[in-house]
Amino acid sequence: MKIVLNGEARDVAATNLAALLVECGLTGKVATAINEEFVPAGLRATKTLNEGDRVEVLAPMQGG
Amino acid sequence: MRKFYGTDLPNPLMLGTAQYPSPAILEEAFRASGAGVATVSLRREGAGGAGQTFWQMIRDLGVYILPNTAGCHTVKEAVTTAQMAREVFGTDWIKLELIGHTDSLQPDVFQLVEAARILSEDGFQVFPYTTEDLIVGERLLEAGCEVLMPWGAPIGSGRGLNNEYGLRAMRAEFPDTPLVVDAGIGLPSHAAHAMELGYDAVLLNTAVARAGDPALMAKAMAQAVEAGRLAYEADPIEARDMAEASTPVIGKAFL
Repeated sequence: MKIVLNGEARDVAATNLAALLVECGLTGKVATAINEEFVPAGLRATKTLNEGDRVEVLAPMQGG
Repeated sequence: MRKFYGTDLPNPLMLGTAQYPSPAILEEAFRASGAGVATVSLRREGAGGAGQTFWQMIRDLGVYILPNTAGCHTVKEAVTTAQMAREVFGTDWIKLELIGHTDSLQPDVFQLVEAARILSEDGFQVFPYTTEDLIVGERLLEAGCEVLMPWGAPIGSGRGLNNEYGLRAMRAEFPDTPLVVDAGIGLPSHAAHAMELGYDAVLLNTAVARAGDPALMAKAMAQAVEAGRLAYEADPIEARDMAEASTPVIGKAFL
């Protein structure tokens, strides 16, 4: 399935958000959103991915 | 010192974590200053997991974490970022930034008030990055904010307090609200100035991170905010135009 992950086009096997994180090695402390909507960690396994979804995976970073 | 959503801070310095020459120097700056609050952000995670190393280091500092919504230009973007930050950092605190102007990074106060209301109703404890406008301040309090963070000058400019009158008026208008000068500080004297006006804390980043010796500057900032606070508590004299002799006139010899 073709999706956009953190702004990059990807072809992935995962069909839900939790599986996508494992597939892409993003298993640390992260927060997720699909199509600009926050997806809490507890809902990732039941959050089905659809063709063309824009997925954001964010992590702690330096800030002012 | 006023409490920040029920929390007593160990000292009035809030320090950003961006732009340091290295993680080790960042850590050194925090230790040298004793700053009790670290501002952080959320950014896209790469395959290398850079965010995880950073998070481990920040946790080890043992300070309060204040995540920001830096770079957000819409209510929707800021609210979603705040929700994501709450989950990752495990805190209801959010430094709400709604940027309205590209060059000055001046907050868009109209969207700021709207986002503050949505987040407050959702249980967030909002630290809004705002201007010194009193009516906006009033609206932010009505929206549920219990802290106000007016700018001293544009972010990263190092200009100090551009509008001392406005900041002084804000202190007088909101006597019970914790106030923080956020952004624009370049020198310890600027930070001391903010504290002398009766502000409860100063939030800065660039002035320390970009200094030739960040740890030394962090220490200087910590001493400055402490000096400024003591000066405010000591009730300073009023400035006057003419001299007033300090040495007694009585008893002066007739020579």
